[in-house]
Amino acid sequence: MAATRAIEQKPAEKQDIPDKAVDAAKAAPRRRPRAWRWADIGEFAGSAASALLLTWLIFDRFLPFRIQGVAFVVAWYVLTLPIYWLVVRDGHGPVTARDRLASLLITTGAAVALSPIFLVVGYVTVRGLGVIDFSFLAETMELTGPLSEADDGGLLHSLIGTLEQLGIATLIAVPLGVLTAVYLSEISGPLARPTRLVADAMTALPSIVAGLFVYSIVVIRTGWGFSGFAGSLALTILMLPTVTIAAEQVLRVVPGSLREAALALGSPYWRSVLLVVLPTARAGLATAVILGMARVVGETAPVLLTVGGTNVLNVNPFSDYQDNIPLFVFNQIRSSKETFVERAWGGALLLLVLVLILFVLARLAGGAGPGGGRSRRRKGAAK
Amino acid sequence: MSTQETEKETETTTATMTTTATMPVQPAGGTLRGVGVSAWFGARRVLEGVNIDMRAGVVTALIGPSGCGKSTFLRILNRMHELVPIASLAGSVLLDGDDIYGTALPITEVRRRIGMVFQKPNPFPAMTIGDNVMAGLKLTGRKAANREQLIEESLRRAGLWNEVRNRLSAPAGGLSGGQQQRLCIARSLAVRPDVLLMDEPCSALDPTSTRRIEETIHELKDQVTIVIVTHNMQQAQRVSQHCAFFLAAEDEPGRVVEQGATEHIFGSPEDPRTADYVNGRFG
Repeated sequence: MAATRAIEQKPAEKQDIPDKAVDAAKAAPRRRPRAWRWADIGEFAGSAASALLLTWLIFDRFLPFRIQGVAFVVAWYVLTLPIYWLVVRDGHGPVTARDRLASLLITTGAAVALSPIFLVVGYVTVRGLGVIDFSFLAETMELTGPLSEADDGGLLHSLIGTLEQLGIATLIAVPLGVLTAVYLSEISGPLARPTRLVADAMTALPSIVAGLFVYSIVVIRTGWGFSGFAGSLALTILMLPTVTIAAEQVLRVVPGSLREAALALGSPYWRSVLLVVLPTARAGLATAVILGMARVVGETAPVLLTVGGTNVLNVNPFSDYQDNIPLFVFNQIRSSKETFVERAWGGALLLLVLVLILFVLARLAGGAGPGGGRSRRRKGAAK
Repeated sequence: MSTQETEKETETTTATMTTTATMPVQPAGGTLRGVGVSAWFGARRVLEGVNIDMRAGVVTALIGPSGCGKSTFLRILNRMHELVPIASLAGSVLLDGDDIYGTALPITEVRRRIGMVFQKPNPFPAMTIGDNVMAGLKLTGRKAANREQLIEESLRRAGLWNEVRNRLSAPAGGLSGGQQQRLCIARSLAVRPDVLLMDEPCSALDPTSTRRIEETIHELKDQVTIVIVTHNMQQAQRVSQHCAFFLAAEDEPGRVVEQGATEHIFGSPEDPRTADYVNGRFG
């Protein structure tokens, strides 16, 4: 390592000597002490390569039986660790070696945790991309039978259903959830403790139970029958605790000094919450709302019992059967026909895209600072 | 006219309260009077029998070592003390003769008329600079007749106008600490308070910003009654005309040991403890 550094510095020094002192400062080589150098990458690549060959030697030549696949990769990884440690210790000393080894292990952990997400998203994308086109979004399954091609039919009815049910559930759950959060963090009355306890417990409420509850009360008891609205109610039950808990945590982060500043100006408490606390927590509240929406957009069990499921477009969420995308996926994937299964993967991909859009919206809504797009629009509206 | 001359003249005005043609105009602002003020946090008594008159046109400084109750006293003066759930108090605080803890004055009106600037600058981060100045009106549910004019006037009084005039719609969080503190002063001034309480307004600021704030205090002195808590002896000498020295013995509530004209407290204090403190021998 010392040799490498000397070589790197030499040409720069040669340049410096003839220059004047003023230029020398300018021409001094810029160093980034923490940057990876090719030698470091070489050390790791060499260790990995030698471990690979060693593993191959053991598995292919020495062992009397064949172990393949996962075991090979695991053995390769396990062998890489000591080799890499020895190589780095030789060049940089034991402290650096231990540091590098720890970095390698931790990076591996992060990579392993990330890989399922990429695998799931990647697999769904590959399976679903073939079916998704404009007609998939613009048609329903009304006229599609077992003999139709895979690119016939679509999930317009499910998409409309999902958007309407999610929209209604959000409209009900967000005001209730944010108000509850304001109660918990700002008023903190005698009901705060039990409310927080119940909200915490409700996040673990099995979604099928929420569905059953709405099914027995709204669908059966009132005689309303299956409807998108009944589904919205079931989703609301699931969404409410998520929104409440996330919003409360966000409100708690708002510094108490801002509340004091507002009160010291002569503000009534409710105005200080409305005009100072909530706007300050705006970004976090947007995230809380989106978290709640993302929590329920893929729920299947509760809507199965309340929405009913249909192949026909029904834009009215307040009466008659509706469909939604998780239900569409559930119904299609059970079919023995390959064309139906393909459509199910298309629906799954669309669901992923929907969640992605929700998260992007959350970031955009939360990211706009004061004086940015949102507040300027607000000012314009006030005039 | 130098600042010192102004101070002397103002003092004579308020001291004699006589009107002659040569005297400057009557200073604006309210008179605040603490009568027998005691305070508790739970069972612990932190303040006992404090009587201080804070007159218009006079900057009153509250000095004393940490934990002697001067910030608590300041927070009692605009009913911020009761925001702590276990806090209680005795005695009364009179604003132009009316008890601010009585039924005649609603709490929001008390706080509007007695503004407060805090130790740490706390502009509203979700608002622009201009919106921060207007926040007090919005929060008290009132409309400004002329928004731009009030913003400019308040920022000018706080000595910040020239630095921010071209970026009123920028977020307040982008200002430096000293600018943020002056923005907080402008925000307090926009609701036209009679009294302005300042709780160590310069303790988080650099010397240059501190000087700007002190200049601001000088300029505001005749428009609004100012009460300032400070740990900085030189600052108390520079900005105040009246001074109260708080002290708390161990396990005892804080009391006012001595009060009077600032030059008297710093020049020829009567109590030896005051002399020790202002000369830097403890605290």
